[in-house]
Amino acid sequence: VAINRLRSALFRPEQSSSPPVRPEPLRWQIASVKAVKQETPRVKTFTLSLPDWREFLPGQHFDIRLTAPDGYQAQRSYSIASNPERKDEIDLSVALLEDGEVSSYMHNVLIPGDYIEVRGPIGGYFVWKAVMGGPLLLVAGGSGVVPLMSMVRHREAAGSTVPARLLYSSRNLEDVIYLNELNALSSAGNGLGVIYTLTHDQPPGWKGYSRLVDDSMLREVAAPLGPNPRVYVCGPTPMVEAVANNLVKIGIPQAQIRTERFGPTGGRP
Amino acid sequence: MEDLQYLPNNESVLDGNAAAGLLQEAFGTEMTANKVQCASCGKVSRVGALLVYGSCMGSVLRCPGCQGMMLRIASRHDALWLDMQGVTYLRQERVAP
Repeated sequence: VAINRLRSALFRPEQSSSPPVRPEPLRWQIASVKAVKQETPRVKTFTLSLPDWREFLPGQHFDIRLTAPDGYQAQRSYSIASNPERKDEIDLSVALLEDGEVSSYMHNVLIPGDYIEVRGPIGGYFVWKAVMGGPLLLVAGGSGVVPLMSMVRHREAAGSTVPARLLYSSRNLEDVIYLNELNALSSAGNGLGVIYTLTHDQPPGWKGYSRLVDDSMLREVAAPLGPNPRVYVCGPTPMVEAVANNLVKIGIPQAQIRTERFGPTGGRP
Repeated sequence: MEDLQYLPNNESVLDGNAAAGLLQEAFGTEMTANKVQCASCGKVSRVGALLVYGSCMGSVLRCPGCQGMMLRIASRHDALWLDMQGVTYLRQERVAP
């Protein structure tokens, strides 16, 4: 009887409480560039059509690989900016780095109709989807806003109403990526607040913050979300470390804080 | 609390997310949401929260608690190398996060 029961369990995988891990081998594929948009003086968004598009999680990234005629390869990771409700294509927003092998190629060479080698989606740690709930505190430094933008766009497209606040630190207003879209989303009344801090130059009459993200700023921004928000921080390494330390200082549990640092070698996003 | 304050002030350090592609190459599945225990200090961390030094071609992953080396991974055209002597266990979740 026991064996029969075991056998029937084996033949009914849908009754299993823990589905097996689905292997997801990473395969390189050739994407075609559908559109290129200049977002800011240093950031372009590349819309890539993927022959093998897969459902991704906001916060995940893609690897891009360039191969020179002599076989030399350069590879970088770039966060997805679009939301998974948009099928068959992804947006990658790429900042042009000084001596950035891959970013300079993308900025200066790549045009619509070109092909490029990519693999992904990659990553399962720095991710958020609407079913995970909130409240949500997103902290971005510079182009670190890219994976958080995927979360914000997904939250909107999924009809999620979890309270969410995006604190976006930028050198100046010209460098703010997605400015118009963020302003439209935050004034739509769906529970998303966007707060800017401009660390170097502020336009006349600027009413937002104008300093590096510090503990008192985080306390003010996080206050409406209560004591236990889910926190995602993405930006350059020194900024992410300062923010993570200050979040712990103002009493947010460390387990609630997920970070994504990008540096010169990682080239992300 | 001391974990985050202990971080070195090094601009080249990234998170485990940065090694996600290499790790997925090695294991055939997403790894950064899994937990690993440091063999040096016993701290349990998500792979995505480890400190990553190196490039996309090869990385050293260190414990965010004690900086001990937990994992080394390198990708060459002919082979992929994975050294896990700094990890006592790895817990692979059956359900995606």
